[in-house]
Amino acid sequence: MNRTILFLILGSMAVFASGAIEGEVQKQALNMSAIVMFLIFVSATLGITYWAAKRTKSAKDFYTAGGGITGFQNGMAIAGDYMSAASFLGISGLVYMKGYDGLIYSIGFLVGWPIILFMIAEPLRNLGKYTFSDVASYRLRQTPVRTLAASGSIATVVLYLIAQMVGAGKLIELLFGLDYEIAVILVGVLMILYVTFGGMLATTWVQIIKAFLLLSGATFMAVAVMAHYDFSFGALFTHATELKGIAIMSPGGLVSDPVSAISLGIALMFGTAGLPHILMRFFTVSDAKEARKSVFYATGFIGYFYILTFIIGFGAIVMVFKNPAYLDVVKHAVDGTYPILGGSNMAAIHLSHAVGGDFFLGFISAVAFATILAVVSGLTLAGASAISHDLYASVFKRGNVDSMKEMRVSKIATVILGIVAIIMGIMFEKQNIAFVVGLAFAIAASANFPILFLSMYWSKLTTRGAVAGGSIGLLTAIVLVIISPTVWVKILGYKTAIFPYEHPALFSVVAAFVAIWFFSITDKSQSAKEEQEAFEAQFIRSQTGIGAEGASQH
Amino acid sequence: MNKELVQKIKNDPNYQELVSKRSGFAIKLSVAMLAVYFAFILAIAFSPATLGTPLSANSVTTIGIPIGIAVIIFAFILTGIYTKRANSEFDDLNNKIKNSIKEH
Repeated sequence: MNRTILFLILGSMAVFASGAIEGEVQKQALNMSAIVMFLIFVSATLGITYWAAKRTKSAKDFYTAGGGITGFQNGMAIAGDYMSAASFLGISGLVYMKGYDGLIYSIGFLVGWPIILFMIAEPLRNLGKYTFSDVASYRLRQTPVRTLAASGSIATVVLYLIAQMVGAGKLIELLFGLDYEIAVILVGVLMILYVTFGGMLATTWVQIIKAFLLLSGATFMAVAVMAHYDFSFGALFTHATELKGIAIMSPGGLVSDPVSAISLGIALMFGTAGLPHILMRFFTVSDAKEARKSVFYATGFIGYFYILTFIIGFGAIVMVFKNPAYLDVVKHAVDGTYPILGGSNMAAIHLSHAVGGDFFLGFISAVAFATILAVVSGLTLAGASAISHDLYASVFKRGNVDSMKEMRVSKIATVILGIVAIIMGIMFEKQNIAFVVGLAFAIAASANFPILFLSMYWSKLTTRGAVAGGSIGLLTAIVLVIISPTVWVKILGYKTAIFPYEHPALFSVVAAFVAIWFFSITDKSQSAKEEQEAFEAQFIRSQTGIGAEGASQH
Repeated sequence: MNKELVQKIKNDPNYQELVSKRSGFAIKLSVAMLAVYFAFILAIAFSPATLGTPLSANSVTTIGIPIGIAVIIFAFILTGIYTKRANSEFDDLNNKIKNSIKEH
C-alpha cells in the first residue's frame, strides 16, 4: 500500500516536471495535495476508530455508541449519512445535466424529514433499542416480523451501498488513476476496519467530521461561483442558459408524467422514514428531546446543503461544461457531444478544480472520498445489526444470547457485507448512482415504512397483516423495479419495459398498506386479539417514554 | 407496564391532554408539509410550464427556483416549530405524568 502510494507520488512528480498536465494525461495525473489530505483523513479516522474500539465493550456500545450522543452531534451525523456521494456528486451532476430537475430530487429527499420528526422519531426512540425492527415487532410475533423487517433493511442497505461504491470507484479512478476495481476494494476494506473495530461510536464521529468538512467545502465552492457573478443569481443563470439552453430553468424530462412524479415523491418522502441506517441513529441519543433536536439540526444542515449543490451544479455548467480542461476528448471525437471526464457525476469534482485549483480539488476529492467511507460505514453497521440483532439474536437464538456473542456475529456480518458491497460496486459501475438510490428508497418506503408506521399508530395491526403486507410491499417494489425501464431495458437489454414507470412507490406503498389493513382486520385468531390488546400499553410508552429507560439497560 | 398502571396513565388528564395536543399538532404540520410538497410535485407533473414561467420578461430565472428554495426553507421552519413546542410544552406535560407515577 505505502509503496504503491510512493510510486504514484513519484509518478505524479514526473508528470508535473514534464509540464504535461492537460488533456488525456489529466486522468492519470496525480494530485499531491489530494493524496496528502486523503492520508490525513484516513489516519485521523483510524485514530478515532482506535479510540472508539477501547470504548466499545458491549453490544449496546457497538450499536448505539452507548446512547450518549447529543442532539446536535446526532443531527450532524444524520446529515452526514444523508449527504452521501449520491447526494453530493449525483445531485450536483443531475443539476449540471438537467438543471431544475436536480432541485426536484433534492426537495423530495428533504421533505421526508419533517414527517419523520412529527410521526416517527419519538415513538421510535421510546420503543426501540437497537434497530427499527425492535419497534415493528414490539407487540407482534418476533420471528416472522423481525425476519421481514431485517430483509427490508438488508435490501435497502445493499442497494444504497451499490450507489456509494460506484461513486467511490469513479472518484478514485479519476483522482488517483487507480483501477476502478482497486478503488472499490480499498473503500470496502477501510469501511470494514472502521465498523468492526469502532462500531457506532467511530462511525458517528467519522460522520460528524466528514459532514463538517463537506459543508465547509461545498460552501466555499458555492461562494466562489457566486462571487464570479457578483452574487447575482440572474447573471449565473443567464450565462448557464447561454451554454445549455433555456430548458434547464424549468422542470424537464426527469419527471415527465404525473404517475412518475407522484411515485417519486412518495418514494423519497416515505423512503427516508424507512432507511435503517438513519432510523438507527435515533437510538444513539439519550431521550426523545434529543431525538427531536437531532431532526431539527439535520433538516437545517441537509436543506442548506441541497441549496449549495444546486449552485454547484449551475457553477459546473458555466465553468466545466465545454471547458477543454475537463472535456473527455476521446468521446467528444466520436460523437461531437461534450461529455466531461469521468461522467456527469464528476461535475462537482471538476468544479472544485475550476474554482480552487489543484489544492482545492485535492481537498474536495478527499472529502468526497471521506463521505463515501463514512456513509458506507453507517450503512454496513445498519445492515450488520439487522443480521446480528434481528436475525441472529432475536430470531435464531430467540433472545438467549450474550452481548459479546451478538457483537461478534455483528462483526462477521460486517465483513460479509463489505465483500458483497465490493462485488456489487464492480457490477454496477455504469449505472447513474442517483437512480440506484431511488430504488433503495422505493423498498424502504414500501416494506419498512408501512410496518413501522402502522405498528406505532394502528391498534388493529396483527402479525399476519404486517407479514403479508410487508412482504407484498417488498416484492411489489422489487418486481416493479426489475421490470421498469431502469433495469429491464438499460441493464437486461430488452426493448421495452413491462412496467412503464421509473418509480414503483405509488403502487408498492399502496399495495403494502392495503394488504396490511386487509390481512389484519380479517385475522380473528386468539394471538391477533392479544396483539391488538397490547397496543394500549405500547402506545403509552411510545408517547411518554415510560418504561423506555429500563428497557435500554438490559 | 402492568394493567393497573396502563389504566392510571390512560385516565390521567395530563396524558389525555398530551396525546390530543401533540397528535393534533403533528397531524396539522404533517398535512401542511404534504400539501406543499405534493402541490409542488403535481405542478411539475401536470403543468411544468407554470414553474417554468420567467420571473420577468427579460429574466431567464423561473418562478420554479424561488418556489423550490422556499419548499426547502418551509420544511426546516416546520421542524423548528415542532421541536420548540414539543421540547417545552409537551415535555412539561410528560414530566407531570412521570411524576404522578412516582408519587404513587
